[in-house]
Amino acid sequence: MAPVPEIRISQPPIPREAKVNDERRLPAAPVVETSPIRQYLLSRGNSALADRIFHLLMVLCALSIFAIVGLIAWQLVMNSQLTWEKFGLGFFYKTFKNPITNEPLFWDPVNERFSALPFVYGTLVSSFLALLIAVPLGVGLAIFLTEMSPRALRGPLAFLTELLAAIPSVIYGLWAVFVLVPLLREYVNPLFVRVFGWTGFFSDDNPTGLGFFAGGVILSIMILPIISSLTREVMSAVPHSQREAVLALGATRWEMIRMGVLRNARIGIVGAIILGLGRALGETMAVTMVIGNTPEIHRSLLSNGSSMAAVIANEFTEAVSDMHRTALIEIGLALFIVTIIVNAFAQLLVWAVTRGTPSQAH
Amino acid sequence: MKGENFRSRIRSFTDRAVTVLAILATALVVTPLVVIFGYLIFKGASSLNLDFFTKIPKPEGESGGGMANAIVGSGVLLGLASAIGVPIGIGGGVFLAEFGRGTKLANSVRFTADVLNGVPSIVMGLAAYALIVSPHVNFLPFLGHFSAFSGGIALGIMMIPTVCRTTEEMLLMVPHAVREAALGLGVPNWRSVLSITLKTASPGIITGCMLAFARVAGETAPLLFTALGNSFMSTSLNQPIEALPLQIYVYALSPYDDQHRLAWAGALVLILLIVVAVSLVRYVTSRGVLKGAS
Amino acid sequence: MGVGIEVTNLNAWYGSNHTLQDITLNIPANHATALIGPSGCGKSTFVRCLNRMHETNPIARVTGSVRIGDLDIYNDAKPVQVRRRVGMVFQRPNPFPTMSIYDNVASGLKLNGYSNRRVLDEIVERSLKNSALWDEVKDDLKKKSGASLSGGQQQRLCIARALAVDPEVLLMDEPASALDPVSTSKIEDLIFQLKTQYTIVIVTHNMQQAARVAEKTGFFLNGRMVEFDSTHKIFTNPSDKRTEDYITGRFG
Repeated sequence: MAPVPEIRISQPPIPREAKVNDERRLPAAPVVETSPIRQYLLSRGNSALADRIFHLLMVLCALSIFAIVGLIAWQLVMNSQLTWEKFGLGFFYKTFKNPITNEPLFWDPVNERFSALPFVYGTLVSSFLALLIAVPLGVGLAIFLTEMSPRALRGPLAFLTELLAAIPSVIYGLWAVFVLVPLLREYVNPLFVRVFGWTGFFSDDNPTGLGFFAGGVILSIMILPIISSLTREVMSAVPHSQREAVLALGATRWEMIRMGVLRNARIGIVGAIILGLGRALGETMAVTMVIGNTPEIHRSLLSNGSSMAAVIANEFTEAVSDMHRTALIEIGLALFIVTIIVNAFAQLLVWAVTRGTPSQAH
Repeated sequence: MKGENFRSRIRSFTDRAVTVLAILATALVVTPLVVIFGYLIFKGASSLNLDFFTKIPKPEGESGGGMANAIVGSGVLLGLASAIGVPIGIGGGVFLAEFGRGTKLANSVRFTADVLNGVPSIVMGLAAYALIVSPHVNFLPFLGHFSAFSGGIALGIMMIPTVCRTTEEMLLMVPHAVREAALGLGVPNWRSVLSITLKTASPGIITGCMLAFARVAGETAPLLFTALGNSFMSTSLNQPIEALPLQIYVYALSPYDDQHRLAWAGALVLILLIVVAVSLVRYVTSRGVLKGAS
Repeated sequence: MGVGIEVTNLNAWYGSNHTLQDITLNIPANHATALIGPSGCGKSTFVRCLNRMHETNPIARVTGSVRIGDLDIYNDAKPVQVRRRVGMVFQRPNPFPTMSIYDNVASGLKLNGYSNRRVLDEIVERSLKNSALWDEVKDDLKKKSGASLSGGQQQRLCIARALAVDPEVLLMDEPASALDPVSTSKIEDLIFQLKTQYTIVIVTHNMQQAARVAEKTGFFLNGRMVEFDSTHKIFTNPSDKRTEDYITGRFG
């Protein structure tokens, strides 16, 4: 074999002089075979038992989440038996008749006739109304924050959105009762009656200012932060290359947003909207305080009504008969199932776009 | 040529119109926030005197009194809720980050926790009622009636998924090198997780707990038929107890102006607590949760 | 005192990736042994098999035997016990960020339940002196956090931490690769000192470093150990052509 050129090493590895001063020289401790430290450590076990117990404890904590869901489901189902046996699925769509006035009657605790239809109606109406208002605003805010706003504004605006999300439902309700409802009563509702009264959705026979519309408006403010934050998150997840590609074709900023960002993020945005819907379906306190708590179905958005969550909040502590209580619990069960399905579906959509474990909407 | 000019004018008009709309949307979002806070301060601040914090409510119709019982009640409920929610939630988070990473079990736990977060709080209250408060359940002394105990459990259960997820996120941010260093020293796994990984992530985990705390502090619905409310001062876990949001709800709907006044003051106190918590959280997370970890 | 390491037919897998193939060698006690080879050749994996850190990856698998002194580390001991006898210093310094310098050095003992204050003080001082860091930090032991030191100091802190548990073997996985030249030479001086007390195995990309500090050198290529001999021989007259190609820079 050809001799290896000796350029690689400057010199053979002869042990060098120790160029260290005295303080860095190894202390002259006696070199013992097994030091006390080594003995101590050797005597420690391998902690297999402690590790296994710890692991088990952590697993139990994690499993508690399943236990909670299971427990809730079990209790709700068990306690809905009475009304389920009496009314079956008709609980949700039956319409009784008031024998005296011949008007449709749904919720009759006295005679123990229960139909949840007005509450389902109220929940759906108020939720969709809330979406109608909150989606354009929330997506608009998200677009502004991600694509248009100056950097300095982003932090404060995001913080404000976070604050909006953190306000408890009861405080929204309080404000709605004393500020929003009078506002609607005095100015907004009459305006809508005048302009849109011909559609049948705005009639003037409820001058209180309460009703589906009030519920929808306050709900929209409450679900806005969720829709906005999640939309921001999915929009930010769209890679810059997409934006640049569209811009390079000569698009205006809006066109870039529409084609480069929104188009890519639309699945996630739909997910955000559905998540907002999920939240709206279950919102209780603010809605209870302004929706009027009347178990009736009317076409006019300005009439009093109720929602699934609202009737539970309103009547549960005063329910005297087992049947009444059971009916309310069955409504709770329906709410539980629906919100789980809606939220699960929405989560899947958002995950599909952000591809990972999105944190709580910040 | 003319068509092109027209088209491009439409395009730039649309662009500008959308910008205006977006700004409008932003303004419309910011406005209610400002207005709500304004009203809270305007209507509530004047009633925040010493009486508010030290006296219990007067009988209906009489003026004066305060919300001391509600504040103390909230304290008791939140204490019990944290005692349940924080340890179990952190345990779940530790499992997700340290033991179950990538496993199917961990993925289903995570998914279920996220879904559970979306369950309406009134449903939680119903379940707690059925489990603990319902008169049919009375084989243990603290079951079968309204109590602070049932309210605390309802709130605690609500904290678990939130704390679990934020703990997981914070633990995942601890660099792998730190764990390796501990393992390389022959430190048993349980000790490494507790003394090294959890400690390194503790600022973030604490803020996660604060967020969950702030969230349940404002919850009313689960307390409606568990803690029920109590116009007297009580700290017993076995009796109904008042809570700040509960009291606000009842007073807001009452016909008495004086109680309205108290409701606004209570709402101001509650929102201040929450704003402080949210701001603290933001401060800590923006400063860098893991100070010093490379 | 250090002990020798006997590796027989060591094979290692990451999932289906056969990372190490039939490694057999004897690492002498109280010497420094360098492992060189191109990126991805398995030398890091090999070193991690010596203290069973390879197993922390759930898809990892090992067959064969490794004897450290008189201990068969795969059959006669659990990983935790092995790691208390074999110290490791990683490529990037990784002091515990929430602990002071003192606590960092003492962590191997404190986290294993040792609490005698006086002895801990002595051990911390001795370990820091052994890792040539004592002078620079002796006034701030409990005040400064481990992460507030410079890169080179952090690495020496990690060495002190590893030494504090009095291991028999010290494994170093490219300990100086993330450091500046001055820190690197300080670490190399250290290795020189330490090898009289411990058996040192050092993985390095830097052939000159291997030549400077180690008596024996092993050349790894594609998961196999191609040649293992005295450093002098490897670098002046290697027996295998592949070794020659590597050290003359033809690849890697």
